[in-house]
Amino acid sequence: MAKVPVQFTLNGSEKAEFVESGATLLHALRDKIGDTSPKGGCHQGTCGACSVIIDGELRLSCLTLAETCGGADIKTTAGLAEGGVLHPLQRAFLDAFATQCGFCTPGMIMAAKVLLDRTPNPSREDVVEALSGNICRCTGYEPIIQAVLIAARANSQNAA
Amino acid sequence: MAIRRGRGMAAINYPTGMNLGGDPTQALVHSTPTGNFMVTLSSVDLGQGMKQIMAQICAETIGVPTDRVIIDTADTDTGPHCMGTFASRGTHRAGNAVIQAAKEARQVMLEVAAEELEVNASDLETDGQGNIQVKGAPQKSISIFDVALSAHFKRGRSISGRGMFLIPRSYPEKETGAMKPSTCYAHACTVAEVEVDDETGEVTVLTVKNVFEIGRALNPKMVEQQLVGGSWMGISHALYETTEPYYPNRDHGGTDFNQYLMPGPGDLAETEIIVLERPSADGPFGAKGPGEMCANPQIPAVANAVFDAVGVRIDTLPITPERILRALKAQAAG
Repeated sequence: MAKVPVQFTLNGSEKAEFVESGATLLHALRDKIGDTSPKGGCHQGTCGACSVIIDGELRLSCLTLAETCGGADIKTTAGLAEGGVLHPLQRAFLDAFATQCGFCTPGMIMAAKVLLDRTPNPSREDVVEALSGNICRCTGYEPIIQAVLIAARANSQNAA
Repeated sequence: MAIRRGRGMAAINYPTGMNLGGDPTQALVHSTPTGNFMVTLSSVDLGQGMKQIMAQICAETIGVPTDRVIIDTADTDTGPHCMGTFASRGTHRAGNAVIQAAKEARQVMLEVAAEELEVNASDLETDGQGNIQVKGAPQKSISIFDVALSAHFKRGRSISGRGMFLIPRSYPEKETGAMKPSTCYAHACTVAEVEVDDETGEVTVLTVKNVFEIGRALNPKMVEQQLVGGSWMGISHALYETTEPYYPNRDHGGTDFNQYLMPGPGDLAETEIIVLERPSADGPFGAKGPGEMCANPQIPAVANAVFDAVGVRIDTLPITPERILRALKAQAAG
């Protein structure tokens, strides 16, 4: 199958790859570029583990064709920490014991980041809504909901 | 037709480990030249935090900070033998093996320190901060870093230990059938409150109050996260999850996350967790296996709550709206 050139920005760095026509962004990120923070859970858009942020929107990278991402600004959980300092969401997930096996965590953090970017002081209902496309098998969700609320409070304190 | 409320209670006891051909786990501990301690296991960390717990157990036994311990797990080709991480056995079985291995390594470490300090090894103690000192005279001390260097480069000693924990297979007595198929029971009790819509058969779990007796909680926050997740999973087993809704007919079985249902973040019941610590006699530092047991009592508690609400006994899991409506219909037909 013909390969297609694609260029995009990943976590602030320019990337250029040749991908097979029809290949998913998840495949390009994990197997071509080596960013394994998006996880391949169901490969059909039902579990949310592959979630990434494309031009500010939460997207399922398993349902996004890589060749459609030319010129896009893509963010993944691997790019959140700055200079070795964890992002407030990552910090909160650790402090709230919101991860066990960790497979859903990057997708959860992406979903939470899009929420907090738009709604800095979310209600519990806002958080539940934002996470409802992501499946977790271990935690029972409550610690994850708490982690997002903790991160929101930390953000608003820093902003104040 | 109405929304009916019910409350149900259930209590369980739950064993640690299993009784097939015996239940062994082995562990090896050795020091690096700089005085870190390596624990080699074939047990797996599935996300339940086994590596952290084994590091705590090893560190506590040897007398060093937890961050001085490195856990290497899960190469069953080359590692010491372990039956695996299942049956809530990881902390109990592997933990006991790590204690035995760490004790042997600690003894060698103290012997090398004794030679360096020119004292008797039985007069030495660890300070928990990475040093070994003479009891009653802490100014006479040596760092474990220096002890390891001495062992490796001067004294030709291996600061290492072997650990083995085995629950032998229990066979039933021929006359009575009595046997001891499992050890170290944990206990739990759950009270669940539900609302049942007797028109649609839908069940909403309002509250789940759990008490867990799990021996000593070696890492209380990790125990709590396991119990919170387990309580959710118990509700999921009670009301949602099945691969074979019309068993043994495989038709209509869920094939993916669209069809294999689990409660999402919008379906959570108000959940309370209380931990009772009653240290076990044979567990590492009194621990039992909290893993699987924490997802069990919610299931009969919900079944009992449904009975309390609408008066039908559902004895097949999960308790789906369809099963409740069929039972209500049968009850009405009398």
